[in-house]
Amino acid sequence: MNNLKKRKIIDRFFHGLVFCTTSFALIVLFILLFDIFKDGTKWLSLDFFTNFTSRFIEKAGIKAAITGSIWVIFVTIIFSFPIGVGTALYLEEYSDDKSLLTRIIKLNISNLAGVPSIVFGILGLGIFVNTLGFGRSILSGGLTLTLLILPIIIVSAQEAIKSVPKELRYGAYALGITKWQVIKGVVLPYSLPGILTGSILAIARALGETAPLIMIGAVTFIAFTPESIFDKFTTLPMQIYNWSTMPQAEFHDLAAGGIIVLLILLLGANAISIILRNKYQSRIKG
Amino acid sequence: MIYENTPIKSSNKTLKRGKTKEKIISKILMVLASISILTTIGIIVILSKETFLFFQEISIKDFLTGTEWTALFANPKFGVLPLVLGTLMIAIYGSIVAIPVGLGSAIYLSEYASDKTRKIVKPLLEILAGIPSIVYGYFALTFITPILKKFFPDINVFNALSASIAVGIMIIPMISSLSEDAMKAVPDEIRQGAYALGATKFEVSTKVVIPAALSSIISSFVLAISRAIGETMIVTLAAGSTPRLTLNPLESVQTMTSFIVQVASGDVTHGGLIYKTIFAVGMLLFLITLLMNIIARMIIKKYREEY
Repeated sequence: MNNLKKRKIIDRFFHGLVFCTTSFALIVLFILLFDIFKDGTKWLSLDFFTNFTSRFIEKAGIKAAITGSIWVIFVTIIFSFPIGVGTALYLEEYSDDKSLLTRIIKLNISNLAGVPSIVFGILGLGIFVNTLGFGRSILSGGLTLTLLILPIIIVSAQEAIKSVPKELRYGAYALGITKWQVIKGVVLPYSLPGILTGSILAIARALGETAPLIMIGAVTFIAFTPESIFDKFTTLPMQIYNWSTMPQAEFHDLAAGGIIVLLILLLGANAISIILRNKYQSRIKG
Repeated sequence: MIYENTPIKSSNKTLKRGKTKEKIISKILMVLASISILTTIGIIVILSKETFLFFQEISIKDFLTGTEWTALFANPKFGVLPLVLGTLMIAIYGSIVAIPVGLGSAIYLSEYASDKTRKIVKPLLEILAGIPSIVYGYFALTFITPILKKFFPDINVFNALSASIAVGIMIIPMISSLSEDAMKAVPDEIRQGAYALGATKFEVSTKVVIPAALSSIISSFVLAISRAIGETMIVTLAAGSTPRLTLNPLESVQTMTSFIVQVASGDVTHGGLIYKTIFAVGMLLFLITLLMNIIARMIIKKYREEY
């Protein structure tokens, strides 16, 4: 009995311990959010969104950073979505699992997912900025982020395509239509919510990336909105970085203001993907 | 392929046109799929080319064994060890924070928490994973460092400890989520068998579930450490830019990634020695993280328990 008591005490102690570690992680999350909102909310006014960055704290805003982020993300979506979904379609629908090419592509995608983002920045600097001559432009930034998030989009699109029931495909084939017609008419519409969910999360990731864009040479002191993809740019995370490195503490609070905007955008993207996922799941059940 | 042999002769022309279209589409998709391979080739070619040019000016031996890194000084020395040590230090201290917390949360979520609790806690932990690293960098600089200053009054404003803690927090969800998945994959029959023998939850967790999921748990550690090694913005903001051979976390250090950022933020002339230095350090970083990702995959492959 004594032994049993001891074992039960150990169990209870362990339960407390793992509960504490979980709580620790959550408490850190709340402290982090609280700290940022405490520092940053006082800057959130309309002027903050309509002013360019400035050496004078009161006049500094995120207009260039927000428009720059929108431009870069736009380029990223245009390239990453078709390439990612196309690759997933090839891997799931057209390729033979035993073929060497397929295995190389799959292994390669999982390796790319583990490459540090700054290495993609170095790649972007070497290829897009210097070799292809796109310069330190929105195009270079968007293409670099495209390569960075491709593995995430491909893998999530593969999952979504895999989840299309075989019966639906066979039913379509039985009508005598071609493979592409099956994909266009059955596979894609059915898996689209799943594909979008994964893509939105991947694009949210791109929206928060800083390091690769520093390599591209996004300039932080920009007091104009870009007009074409060949323009120089700055993005929201870049602007936050720039303000965080300033010696004056007031600029740090300005950075916190930028972080709030960034986090709201990211949480919004997450919320959209959750709503999509829920809709999607209920459709499978139905 | 069911449809390929369908003998419809009446509409031969449209069928033929359809077939050509099919072939073109499959070729297009193949081209799209090969972009991922081209990316890898691009990384390797670009890094190797500039690294090769770098090693024509600096000897490989000096680079790998030198203990002084003064790349941006007038009289530069290119011994990469201080950068490597700074990187490893942050990854190791970061893991000391992340591994117990991540594994503990995984055990709690997989073995102790009720379904309802898990449904709330898991997405909250995932928020932690979705926060951009620049935000953790800001948090390290403006929140963690001032707190550390109260405990260690002579700590540097830019120090390895603050960055390590933030890096650790960032990789917690990676460990907890991958480990929890692995523990959830352990079949319930094994657990029930142990409970039937009178085991407590603690005994089931530590003697049955963890050993059964060990390979995936360890590989999650390796992946998280690899992520910590490649982490850039936290160390750039919080760890400082003083390459030095030290294991003292209270001092300012420089990592491989923060050196790359430091150079890229300045004026680099394309083709100069400093430009090539980015690629040489980047190559080293790429090889280290690639190696760790391969190790993680090998651990899972070799020791995976099949049920």
